[in-house]
Amino acid sequence: MTIIPTGSRSMSEVWTTRSGPEPVEQAEPEQPELAPEIVFEVRNLAVKYGSAVAVRDITLDIASNEITAVIGPSGCGKSTFIRCLNRMNDLVPGARVEGLVRYHGEDLYDPKVDPAQVRRRIGMVFQRPNPFPKSIYDNVAYGPRINKMRRNMDETVERALSQAALWDEVKDKLKRSALALSGGQQQRLCIARALAVQPDVLLMDEPCSALDPIATARIEDLMEELKRDYTIVIVTHNMQQAARVSDRTAFLTTEVDDSGRRSGRLVEFDRTATIFTHPSDPRTEGYITGRFG
Amino acid sequence: MSIDIAPPPTPEKLGEGRAPTGRTTDRVFRYVALGAGLLVFVILALIAWSTTKEAWPAFKFQGLSFVWSKTWDPAHMKFGALALIYGTVVSSVIALALGVPVSLGIALFVTEVAPDWVRRPVIYVVDLLATIPSVVYGLWGILVFAPAVQGFYQNVADFFSGVPVFGLLFSGNPVVGRSIMTAGVILAIMIVPIVTSIARVVFATVPSEQKEAAYGLGATRWEMIRGAVLPHSRSGVVAGVMIGLGRALGETIAVALVIGSSAQITARLFSSGDSMAAVIANQFGEAAGIHRSALIGLGVALFVLTLLVNVFARWIVSRSAHEVATGAVR
Amino acid sequence: MTASMLTSSDRSRQLRSGLATGFMILSFLIMLVPLVLIVGYVLQRGAGIISWDFLTRDLPIIDRSADGGIGPAIVGTLLIVGVATLMAVPLGVLGGIYLNEYGGNRRTAVVVRFLADVMTGVPSVVMGLFIYTIWVLRFHNQSAFAGSLALGCLMLPVVIRTTEEVLRLVPAEQRDASYALGGRKATTIGRIVVPAAVPGVLSGALLAIARAAGETAPLLFAIGFTTRTNTNLFHGSNVALPFLIFRNATSPFTAAQDLAWGAALTLIVIVFVFTLLARLVAARFDRRSRA
Repeated sequence: MTIIPTGSRSMSEVWTTRSGPEPVEQAEPEQPELAPEIVFEVRNLAVKYGSAVAVRDITLDIASNEITAVIGPSGCGKSTFIRCLNRMNDLVPGARVEGLVRYHGEDLYDPKVDPAQVRRRIGMVFQRPNPFPKSIYDNVAYGPRINKMRRNMDETVERALSQAALWDEVKDKLKRSALALSGGQQQRLCIARALAVQPDVLLMDEPCSALDPIATARIEDLMEELKRDYTIVIVTHNMQQAARVSDRTAFLTTEVDDSGRRSGRLVEFDRTATIFTHPSDPRTEGYITGRFG
Repeated sequence: MSIDIAPPPTPEKLGEGRAPTGRTTDRVFRYVALGAGLLVFVILALIAWSTTKEAWPAFKFQGLSFVWSKTWDPAHMKFGALALIYGTVVSSVIALALGVPVSLGIALFVTEVAPDWVRRPVIYVVDLLATIPSVVYGLWGILVFAPAVQGFYQNVADFFSGVPVFGLLFSGNPVVGRSIMTAGVILAIMIVPIVTSIARVVFATVPSEQKEAAYGLGATRWEMIRGAVLPHSRSGVVAGVMIGLGRALGETIAVALVIGSSAQITARLFSSGDSMAAVIANQFGEAAGIHRSALIGLGVALFVLTLLVNVFARWIVSRSAHEVATGAVR
Repeated sequence: MTASMLTSSDRSRQLRSGLATGFMILSFLIMLVPLVLIVGYVLQRGAGIISWDFLTRDLPIIDRSADGGIGPAIVGTLLIVGVATLMAVPLGVLGGIYLNEYGGNRRTAVVVRFLADVMTGVPSVVMGLFIYTIWVLRFHNQSAFAGSLALGCLMLPVVIRTTEEVLRLVPAEQRDASYALGGRKATTIGRIVVPAAVPGVLSGALLAIARAAGETAPLLFAIGFTTRTNTNLFHGSNVALPFLIFRNATSPFTAAQDLAWGAALTLIVIVFVFTLLARLVAARFDRRSRA
């Protein structure tokens, strides 16, 4: 595997995928902004379970303080991919990660890297709200406690709950069980819990799929707020959601090889506006216009 | 709402920083847990080694006739265990013959017949039977059941006198209350809870679609059970019966009190006999030297026998889809 | 004609089904008979004997004497079972943690699981002989502790497998949540998995205690015999309720038999209390895991 140093390429090249047909050069002259810092460089990433390939050929860069959406039909390996970014796939027996993931320039899968430290810095919110069967306070305080960040715990908890826009709703019942909250509140609690350890990145794996439209809207607003301080990667099966919230979008699809085995791969990665208006790959266009998936 | 937002921490190197201690604790805990798991293996190995070692003098003294001779006479230094093995096996077989049909009946009653409000109480009552200590069964057996049942045995013996096969099993004198039969009956009562609870779990795993399909074809309840429930649960039930058998073979105290303590091989079920476990319990106190070693040897034989039965049972369970049934085994 | 033939065959089928159902109900009734007889008899014979004096006094020195109680046997039972619990439950919980959290389907775990199942089938008398050969013979020590070792060995596999089964009920999402916050495996197990499973483990442990309290055979060769209370764990012979019942069951003297009935009732009550506690805890656990 050859890795071309990011520095040697222009940013627009870096952001577009190298798999699939070379996209048409996209001139975006209204972008004289500073090149954002790159948080993740993903190169030729593949995840295998035994002989089955769940997802492969993923090459993209994820920029700081942006929301990157990962979309695609179900089974295309969106969740598998995002779980590579905080090494959650380590916990799946038989899963192997190949290729390269650099986090702030550092190889995430270097043997010297401590997965627990990775996960503290790169927080995750899951598909179904999964609060611990503890009090609201203890849920938020759990991360700081296990990471020995015990100073000013009350303050930490309040700040995390405020950031997750939940403080006003729960400040009078911090000692109550988290399981008594509504689904949407539980999910925001899970976001607060992730923020309490002061991560750098927030990975969200279909965070709204179990929520009603109102709760979904609240989470989406919240993401817009959080973007100022965090880098966010969100997996979603909801294209409108990706279009609404994200700055860049990666489209993954499922391919069936000659022997009938299915695996996911990256089709296109670009600015969200471009993906949804001028997709360069017909498969992306087909998915977005609802012709398949 | 003004939020005081902490600046994202400046990235530190992932490979360095604090918390290498956490990693060590993690590894240590893993090995401690593994050690606790392996303890099972260690104990089983120690059981085999330690008991065999102490039994060795008797094995050497008696040779192969330890298993083939039927004379168990410590006073004359004769230690043939065949009659004891016979008593152990026969009393256990009686226990299965009496206990298994009843267990399966109760299990079917609970899963297929009883309405919801009856189901729970029935399960509780069966479990209650399991909580009675075996020594209490023995106490009741020796002081109440055995004396009371002797007259009944006598009637049965008189009735079958001269009848082929049955006469052999039930007639002939002396007819005693503390007998192989009584041991079998007490063992049957003792294995009912365990066989029932395994069978119950196994029956409950039969997919309801299969039952409904049978009913849909116009089957009666019994036809549905024979056509859908029993074929689906055969291996699980066999495993349950094997585990019940293991219990019966190894049961000590109740049998020691009611079997009559005379080592003999006889077809007559109403005569007294003896079992390996019972002999160990009854004679160990006053045994010494080779005799004590021979009793430990009986323990080794019992260990091997129950091990085979249990391995067979678990093997059946692991081969079939009734993994869940193991949960009911304890 | 055809119709009547159909009905008649239908009727015989219905009859057969009815008979089968009848047998199932009869099975339950058959099982009730010994239960009622045994519990009834123990209550009847034991209730008249039990008094505060009976529960607290030393054993009679002479079998035919009615002058005495079962105090030492109660103390001995609680001591032996208590120490066995202290040994078997922590180790068993650790073993269960290994099987469910680390082992999974690895070969070692499959073997350990299989052996634990097989170990639950080892006859208690064999466990008694084992402790006799490895402890009593070696250290010339018949004591409460030797009895505890034997009972602990019997309880261990039960606690291991119960723990494993209870841990399996803890949702994987909660483990993931802890890992995603930078929790290590040991941290996650200690702070999330085990606390969620405590009631289930407790219920299993209580059932194991109930079963161990009624065991006689493992104590036969381990604890010796004494008529006086001995609270020294490691030194001197001891006595337990099941052992006392066994010893007195074969006695020709009514006084000794009466003592056995009283001890039997006491033992059943102790066992029943632990079983009931286990059920209460389990019921709470069920309600919580359903929520």
